[in-house]
Order: sequence, then structure tokens, then C-alpha cells
Amino acid sequence: MSIERFQDYAREQVLVFRRTLLAFSLIALLCVLLAARLFYLQVVTHDVHVARSNNNRISLQALPPNRGLIYDSQGRLLAENLPNHRLSLVLERVIDLDATLEQLTDLVDLSEDDIQRFHQQRQRPRRPFSPVPLKNGLNEEEIARLATNRYFLDGVEVEANLMRSYPHGEIFAHALGYVGRINSAERRSLDNRLYVGTEYVGKSGVERFYEEALLGKPGSQTVEINARGQILRVLDQTLPEPGADLQLYLDIDLQKATYDAFDGRRGGAVAIDLETGGIVAMVSSPSFDANQFVVGFNSADYAAMQSDIDLPFLNRATRGQYAPASTIKPFLGFAGLEVGSTSWDQRIEDPGFFQLPNDDRIFYDWTWRIRPEGRGAKIGMAQAIQESSNTFFYHMAYNTRLEGLHDMLDQFGLGRITTADVHNPARGINPTREWKRERHGYSWYAGDTVNLGIGQGFMLTTPMQMAIATAVMGRHGEWFTPRLLKDSSDDSLLEALPEPPPDVALSNPNHWQRMEEALVGVVHGPRGTARSLAQGIDYQIVGKTGTAQVFSIENFEDHDSDEVDERMRDHAWFVGYAPRDNPRIAVAVLVENGASGGRVAGPIARRMFDQYLLEAPLAQSGGQQ
Amino acid sequence: MSLRLDALALSVPTSGWAKRLHLDVPLLLMIAALSAIGLVALYSASGEMYYVQRQAARLGIGFVALLVLAQLDPRTIRFWSLPVYVVGLVFVIMVLFVGTGAMGATRWLGIRGVFMFQPAEIMKLGAPAMLAWYLTRRELPPNLWQVIVCLVMCLIPAFLVVQQPDLGTALLIIASGLFVVFLAGMSWWYIGGGLLLAVAAFPALWLLVLREYQKQRILTLFDPEKDPLGSGWNIIQSQTAIGSGGWEGKGYLMGTQSQLNFLPESHTDFIVAVMGEEFGFIGLVVLLCLYLAIAARGLIIAINGRDTFGRLLAGGLTLTFFVYVFVNVGMVSGILPVVGVPLPLISYGGTSVVTLLAAFGIIMSVATHKKL
Repeated sequence: MSIERFQDYAREQVLVFRRTLLAFSLIALLCVLLAARLFYLQVVTHDVHVARSNNNRISLQALPPNRGLIYDSQGRLLAENLPNHRLSLVLERVIDLDATLEQLTDLVDLSEDDIQRFHQQRQRPRRPFSPVPLKNGLNEEEIARLATNRYFLDGVEVEANLMRSYPHGEIFAHALGYVGRINSAERRSLDNRLYVGTEYVGKSGVERFYEEALLGKPGSQTVEINARGQILRVLDQTLPEPGADLQLYLDIDLQKATYDAFDGRRGGAVAIDLETGGIVAMVSSPSFDANQFVVGFNSADYAAMQSDIDLPFLNRATRGQYAPASTIKPFLGFAGLEVGSTSWDQRIEDPGFFQLPNDDRIFYDWTWRIRPEGRGAKIGMAQAIQESSNTFFYHMAYNTRLEGLHDMLDQFGLGRITTADVHNPARGINPTREWKRERHGYSWYAGDTVNLGIGQGFMLTTPMQMAIATAVMGRHGEWFTPRLLKDSSDDSLLEALPEPPPDVALSNPNHWQRMEEALVGVVHGPRGTARSLAQGIDYQIVGKTGTAQVFSIENFEDHDSDEVDERMRDHAWFVGYAPRDNPRIAVAVLVENGASGGRVAGPIARRMFDQYLLEAPLAQSGGQQ
Repeated sequence: MSLRLDALALSVPTSGWAKRLHLDVPLLLMIAALSAIGLVALYSASGEMYYVQRQAARLGIGFVALLVLAQLDPRTIRFWSLPVYVVGLVFVIMVLFVGTGAMGATRWLGIRGVFMFQPAEIMKLGAPAMLAWYLTRRELPPNLWQVIVCLVMCLIPAFLVVQQPDLGTALLIIASGLFVVFLAGMSWWYIGGGLLLAVAAFPALWLLVLREYQKQRILTLFDPEKDPLGSGWNIIQSQTAIGSGGWEGKGYLMGTQSQLNFLPESHTDFIVAVMGEEFGFIGLVVLLCLYLAIAARGLIIAINGRDTFGRLLAGGLTLTFFVYVFVNVGMVSGILPVVGVPLPLISYGGTSVVTLLAAFGIIMSVATHKKL
């Protein structure tokens, strides 16, 4: 490096050094300027700002919208908003929490639960100065007492709001769902602009599916408030838009009759109005009181219900997946007729079992025992349906092959979701070869097809799917859009309902009548599996029973279902529609571990038919008189 | 002239790991302290742990960037100055055409939900580096021609960024460039002339460049009471918050202005109002002292840089850091118009945190690569 270059370098260094010092002086000066400004604000004019802060009166507040109401098909309330007075504490303003709580116990009726829940909520993260609820549903007297003692109770607030209430909380808990407090994960994912001031959100069922419509749009107001947060004057206001009201096809009477008919047994039932395709009943038993979710569950109760072996929170009507068992036979019958592997005239011999060619495995069938002719009788499809013969369907399924069966079941909506507005329904399984390879890693065996022939094996359906499939059969293949929503103050909801799937077209429409005839025999025939249902009936039921194996019993010669442990017993099914001449309603009933479709599920279905067909709604009978 | 520059080196006994990792311990400690204070203040301002966690994650990313950049030799940084500037410029142009936006501004580039960044942030580092590179190719001080070239080189990205629109970032890019030219010894004649020109150009700027809401913000500064519920709202509420804090403040989490939602944007640009309300004058002075100390340490590092490029860049970045503080605190306390500039390392917001810490990485690189 030359001397000259070095001198330049040193000169540059000095230059930059000077400028840097200069810059530092400048920023130090600016810092002093900022400090001076802050001193002016915080010390010199402190009093002015304190006064202003204390009188800070203009506040922008959100006005939450009123949630839409939900009605049943006859306009009776299923979900409403009741005025509620809530006692809550702003912890930042409370001087001595224990003392305040003690004072409050003298003024209002506080239960152990209330206090426990309050302490739980208090521990959770929240915004400072946000009130923590202590007790809902204050009565007039309590409000008055609190108002008189207001000045001794710092941080105690009484707020008026609306609370969701379900007049039929238990029987509609699964169908309607419920709203619950917005949790922190939801708070993040929901649109804050819409939920400002709203504390509840639909968590399941209709409340969840139609959340957006039910919610409404929040308004806002600019208000003058005092330092305690009380509103003195409203300066400017944009009113909230209430949420849309919904009318559902669900019918309180039918729903209640169905729920009562279960009598606490585990199971699910769905009923569909055949004219409209509306879901008129959707029951899951056992149930719970949906109102508990609004008020806030006592944590011990909630834990108990969650760990309850009967799974009261599970919606068995739409989420319970069961082997359809013999209820699938009419649909498989259509498959055989379409493929041509059977006909109404074909008869096969029933030796009491079925065996695949070149296979040792034996598929048993005990139906021969009820026949006077015993083993070896020649039976056809109609008889096989009425008696629920397995041998016939083993044969037919084997000859129809999986693809034929699968396609027909698919046309009836099995293994698919066809409901328009049911929250989170299960898909069920309508198996294919690819499905089995993917799911289980094995290829499809002929034995699997034979098992499918009696609705066992891999096939899974929900009561909802079976009700829909039965309804399609009741309409002779004409599809509809299975839905809950009947009407709404928001027309766009009705327009948003999807088109129905393509109709099931049989090559010979006569098959519908023939199958109907066979199914009538199930209830009204001399050897029908549900003939006990026909007692004292003045209309005809088109139905089918089913008994789904919970565990494999095929290798036991004899089994007495009474001796099997209750939870190992077979699931009982009944599907059907009525009245035969002018079908109005289709139902599917499943009773877990009910053992016998005809004896356990059938009577529940009968109760539903009677309710819907015979006990005409008050409004209508009044009109006719 | 023999100046004892070493006297300002504040030789700190450096432990082995700090030396190996090329970290300047005093600067690192002060930055870490500031970040910690920021998280504490953010909890109060936002009221939710969620924001604190996200901010902590971004600080983590920022410190990784700091660590990486500190390892580079200033000569490497010098070598990359031009390419980074050019690529940054291309990105800034791309934003105008294919950028993604939020709340009326288009500032982001990348794939939504996967990886997104604000190219303007690259220019906050790229522009001063470019100018330092350009100026140190010749002898200092720069002549008039060089000064004009420098101005053009920082006005082009600034102009593009204003289109997004992001006035705050544009001003910071211009400031970072001007500081480099200033430190390089630009003649006082030019400085004086430039200031005159700026004053003369202001009416044109007012009429042609500034948008209506930006003009409104400047007017509001002089008379916030004119529209107390509209444009004056922020400024009145933030001054009330700070002023009501007094000497000692109302106490952590006890600020009624902040906690009762009178203060908008309390966790982003206006967070210093929350701190002023809750920690008082004493708290804010301590905060300002910390900022000043960080700036002082940065400038000491700049003076002791090995070569002129490192000195100019470290000095320019340090001064830009201080501009953030001054503009932010100035706007919240009501002596500057409202410009979207965050309080460095404290305001909630991802990209500025990462850029700031990356800048400190460059400063640390200058601090720890001494031997020729």
C-alpha cells in the first residue's frame, strides 16, 4: 500500500469518524426532544390527561345480533333466546375477591357449582377488564338487592343479555345441536368482525350447520360512558341484523314419541316424510340436555358423561355406523334382478347352509327351523325376504358379484353422503375391491361377497342412510334431497339446497310392486319376521327387520341371545315405510344390542308410524272439524 | 491529525463463544433485553398469549438471521451488495404486479400460507449496502455527481414502495441511504442545498404525491380536536394514554386506556402508548436510554470498522434503527404525523423484527471481523 493511498485512507477514516460523532450528537438531541415531549405530556400536563382518561367517555361498542329462532314443522319453538340477567365480576376492579364473594352470597343465591365454575373461568386467559360471569338467570329480587348495594360492590356488574334456550333440550340434543361458549381456538378461526360481542357459536347439529345464517350481523354504537363503564348516552348507532329464523321438517310429537319409545336403550332412529323428503325425526338415545352446554356444564357432570360407556354425546342416527344386516336384502334383491342373476320365479333349495365351490367354509342359516317342511325346502325371493332367508341371499350375492351389488347400493345412497344440511354425517362403507385392498391390504374374496349378501362383513351404514334408502324405495326409485330445512326467513338458504341425486331406474318397474308385496309379508304375512307388529293395525307397513352380528357366532350351532352378555348381543334393525297404498313416511330404527329386529326395533318403528299416521297434528285436526 | 480512535473501542472482555460466533456481547445483551421488554409490553397491549407466542417465534427467526449474517465477512457483504440491490428492486417491481395484499395495500410476495415476505424489507438493507458499495469504489468525500447517483438509487425503490402504498418503509429506505451519504462526508453545501430543495419541493409533493389520507394525517397533527372521533381519535387517545401515566404509570396491565380498548392499534404501531400509560415517564425514559445505548454501541462499532464500507454500512443501519424509534415515539406522542413505522423490536409485526435483527447481524459482522 503506497503512502499516498494510506494517507487517503486515514483521511477517510477521520472524515467518517467526525460525521459519526456528529450523527450521534444529533440523535442524542432528538432523544432529548422526545423525552421533553413525554415530560410535557406525562408531568406538565399530567392532570389534564388523567381527567381526560377518567372521563374518557366515547367508546365504540359492538351490538351483537339476536340469533335466529328455530321452529319445528308446525311452527313450534325448538330454540329460542330468553332474556337473562347475569352477575359477573371485573376482577381488576374488585379490591378483595374473597370478601366480595362472601358479600354476594348474602345477596344472591350462589351454588357451589356457580362458584366453582367462576374460579375455573377466572383462571383461563382473558382480556384484562373483561367481566367473568358468576351466575346466570338472576331473578328480579336479586337484581334489586344488587342495585341497592351497588356502591359497596366494586367490580360487580349485572348485565342483561339473551341466552339460547332449548325447550326440548334432551330429545332434540343431537338433531338440533347446541351453541356453546366460543373457545380460544374458535376465537382465532372465526371472523372477528362478525363475532364481536357474541359469546356463543353453534357447536353441532343444525346450530352448527346453519351457524352463518343463524348468527346475523352485528351492529355498533358510539356511546358516552363514565369511568365505571356505565352507558350515559348513545351518540350514534347501527342496529344489528338478527339471524335468519329456520323452520325444520322435524316434528316435536314424532321426535318425542320416538325418543320415549327407546326408553333409554342405546340406538338411533330417523324418519323421512315421503312427499317432501324432509327429515321429520332424528333421534339418538341416550341423550343429554343441550341447555347444559349453554349455561356451562358442571365439570364433574361433563367428565362423567364423556366417560359414560353409553356414549350419550354420540349422534347414533347420523354418526353411528352399523352392519345393515338383513335390512339390506331388498336393495340387494334389486341388484340381483337388474344384473339378471335371479328372478321372481327362481327357486333354490335351502339345505340350511351355503358353501362356496372348492371351499370348506360353511355359511349357516337357521331359517329352515321355522318352516313346517324343515331343511331342503325350495324358496324364492319373496319368501326369502319375508323369512329373511340367508341361504337365498348367499347364492344371489355370489352370482351377482360385488360390482353389481355395490352399484345398486350406491344408487340408493349407501356409502355416500346424500343429506343436504345434516352436520357431519358419517359416510358408512359400501365396499369395493379397491377399498378393501387399500384399507386392509388384502384382495376381495368370494366369501366377502357372500357375507355382503346378508349385510354383514365390511358393509356399514347409519340409520340416516337406511332411512333415506328406504324412502327412495318407498318412492319407487324417485330421489329427493334429504334435508332438515323446511323454510327460512332467508330465502337463499333454500336456494342453496342441492339438487337430488339421479333417480333409481329399474329395467322393469314392476320390480317395485313385487318387492313391496314381499316386504308387506314381513309384517303382515304368516311367517314374516315382524308379524307381531301387525297386531291391531288398520294400515299396512312395508318393512324389513335386521339383526346385525356384533361378534362372530357363525360357528356355534346354538346360541341363546339371553345368555350372551348384553353388550355382545346383536344389534336390532327395522326399516320400513307406510301406509302401503299411499306411503307417507319411511323410518329406520336401530337398537344397539337389541338382539331381535322384529321384537325390539320393530315396536319403536310401529310407535313412530302410529304417531305420524294416526295422531294427526292438532293444527290440522282443528282445521278439519 | 492524530485521533485516538481506539479510545472509543470500549474493549469488553470477550468470552470464547462470543468471539467464535462473531457476536458483540454488549450489543447482543441490549437487543435481547429490548426484545424481552417488548414481549412483556405486547402481552399487556394485546391481552392474549397468542400474540406473544407468535412474536417470540419471529424474534427466534430474527436471531437466527442475525447469527448467520454475523458470520459473513464485511467483504462478502460488500461483494453481494449490488446483486442483492438489483434482485430486491426486481421484487419490489413484481409486488406491484403480482403481489398479495391486505387491508388495501399490496406488500407481499410469495405463496399465501406457505412462504410470504415483503420485498420492501430487503431494500431497507439492500439500499444502504448498495450506496456504501458505490461510494467506497472511489475516494471519499463524494462529489456532486456521486451524490445525485446515490439519491436516485434510493429514490427509485422508495418511489416503488410508496405505490404499494407503504409510506413508512419508503421513508426508512430514503433515510438509510441519506445516512450513508452523510457519513461518507457529503459536503455541507450539498446538505444545505438539499434541505432548501426539499422545502421548495414540499408544495409539489403535497399536490402530486401524497394521498388524501396522508395529507389528513399531517393536518391532524396540528389540530387533532378538529375531528376527535375520526382521524384525530388515535392521536388523542394515545396522548391521553401516555399523559395519564404520569411519573410512575398506572402499573402493568392496569392501563385503563389500553385495556378498555380506547386505544386502537395498541399492540402494533401504538404500543409505546401502552407502555407510557402503564410504566410512566420513568419507564419511557429508561426505554429511550436503552435505544440510545444501542445506537451508541452501533456507532462505536461503525467507527472501529475495518474498512470504509463496513463503517458506512454499520453507521447507516444504526442511524436508521434510531429513525424508527424517533418516528414512532414522535408520532405516538403527537409531534410527527402518523406514519406506519413500528417501534423497533417491540411492536407486533413479523417482517420488521426480522429485518431489524438482520441489520444487527451486519453490524456484528463489522464489529467482529477486524484483522486485515
